[in-house]
Amino acid sequence: MNKRKLLAGPYLAIVLCGTIIPLLAILYYGFTDRAGQFTLANITAVTEPENAKALGLSLLLALICTVICLLLAYPIGLLLRRTKGEKKGLIIFVLILPMWMNFLLRTMAWKALLANTGVINAILEAVGLPGINIINTPAAVVLGMVYDFLPFMILPIYNVMIKIDNSLIEAAQDLGSNGFQVLTRIILPLSVPGIISGVTMVFVPAMTTFAISNILGGGKIYLIGNIIEQDFLMGLRQTGSGLSLVIMVFILISMALINKFDKNGEGSML
Amino acid sequence: MKKIAAVVLALVMGAVLLSGCGKLDPEKTLYFFNYGDYIDPDLLKEFEKETGIRVIMDTFDTNEEMYPVIQAGQVKYDLVVASDYTIEKMLANNLLSPLNYDNIPNAKNLEKTYMDIMAGSDPGNKYAIPYNWGTVGIMYNTKKIPEGSITSWTDLWKEEYKSMGILMQDSLRDTFMVAEMILGYDMNTTDPNELEQVVQLLIRQAPLVAGYKNDAARDDLITGDAAIGMIYSGEYLYCIDENENLTYVVPKEGTNVWFDCFVIPKNAQNQKAAEAFINFMLRPEVGLKTFEYLTYPSPNAETIKLIDKEYLEDPAVFPDAETLSRCGLYHYMGEDADATLASYWKRFRGN
Repeated sequence: MNKRKLLAGPYLAIVLCGTIIPLLAILYYGFTDRAGQFTLANITAVTEPENAKALGLSLLLALICTVICLLLAYPIGLLLRRTKGEKKGLIIFVLILPMWMNFLLRTMAWKALLANTGVINAILEAVGLPGINIINTPAAVVLGMVYDFLPFMILPIYNVMIKIDNSLIEAAQDLGSNGFQVLTRIILPLSVPGIISGVTMVFVPAMTTFAISNILGGGKIYLIGNIIEQDFLMGLRQTGSGLSLVIMVFILISMALINKFDKNGEGSML
Repeated sequence: MKKIAAVVLALVMGAVLLSGCGKLDPEKTLYFFNYGDYIDPDLLKEFEKETGIRVIMDTFDTNEEMYPVIQAGQVKYDLVVASDYTIEKMLANNLLSPLNYDNIPNAKNLEKTYMDIMAGSDPGNKYAIPYNWGTVGIMYNTKKIPEGSITSWTDLWKEEYKSMGILMQDSLRDTFMVAEMILGYDMNTTDPNELEQVVQLLIRQAPLVAGYKNDAARDDLITGDAAIGMIYSGEYLYCIDENENLTYVVPKEGTNVWFDCFVIPKNAQNQKAAEAFINFMLRPEVGLKTFEYLTYPSPNAETIKLIDKEYLEDPAVFPDAETLSRCGLYHYMGEDADATLASYWKRFRGN
């Protein structure tokens, strides 16, 4: 038994050094001023107009990104459920393939595609269509987020979908359900756990990103992640830590809300 | 069998490496902390071969990243590259050791004009030896904007260039400096009224600006995605290599001039080796190699004599004395001033 506990050692070491200690440091800096005295100013800094605005924009863009990801990923999950054998392997392979490359590089590639003199505009111009002008706008940032985080939505949904027992669906059909009823009364409720983890895995990074907004927003789209990054770069680690704690609370609240829906979802099943 | 052989080989190699590390002679080792890709690697080899001193170089991206490492002092470096305002901060916090000029005879090669400017940060030039320097200015595409029509920082506020793409730097001191120059303020001002006007001026410009970018600015200018933008003079030679239509100008209102220098931390273990290295870097031909590798203006008068006329006569690479007289250094003004500037910066960027 003790020997088995030893196996958890490396994991505990990583959690301690990589999660607990940094979290304590953020807590310490978040509640002290530069002289080391206790203060709540770093936390209340979130009500300052520029911080509140960035937080609002982050929430909004993360929400839009999550909804789009869900709308794109769910049909793919349904499709994958029905696809068999080699074809399924190929689809999954294609979905995972981009993840083999660093996400910053992929985001920069989008910048080259979307730029005013970029690939997409060159093609549009060549066929005589008006160019698009979305680089350095919130739309470009959302596009980048959706592209970067979509696999995190697809995989958990796919995982629950393939586990749904076919006999349940057959039973529903035997009892006279049409395709739509099967979807809304069997598949959808049973795939809620996958949707929940997908939403979590997309919403949280989309809410806290600063790299995507920097690259595709041209430094003009200022999210809460960018503010925290700037704070740390400018040596204001107290304010940066305070704001980090605030978004941690926001994420915890969102998670709690989502989990509440989860319970409802499973409750209606029972 | 093969697996066992591989494991044995790995262990032996590890042991060799470790024993190699153990044998480092402190007298013959130089711990060097430098910006990433900020020295010609051949020069390091040349120095090692000549002196037998092994150079162990770590790198950083920004002064802000380097400073806490030196301040903490757990890692002891013998030689560090730092920018003028950070050197002031290091001096204010007593982190540097004065140079022994007897060990750096080649310091006589340094151009006095530049040393005098640098003395603004390091009084008497006691602690820092300039390595590279440069200015902040405007780069524009002469295919879209007629050559010579850009002379002033206010050109970055012109509606007519909006559709061509105007770029600003995403850098507190540099971006504030532009507005301060237009308004005729000191580039080191911390006066709340002046900063308020600086912020207002930048907010007025924001709708015209295509993006606030640092390293990416040069790429956008090269590809033509942007036609005009503020940029560091050091990018100029790289950019015209990629796009010959680009040109660089120091605006008439004046600008920041910056120096990256060699300094020796107080806790250095091998100051002699550090000074030997600085002396090596100040050789005229070594300075020329550095110029060819980094394309930043050299502060070394003997190196300048070796540089191609084409570059020397280009005011974008080597600004003349009259232009330099309109340039100034950023100063370190203490933590409270930094926090004040940061709060105004956030007001502007969050707007």
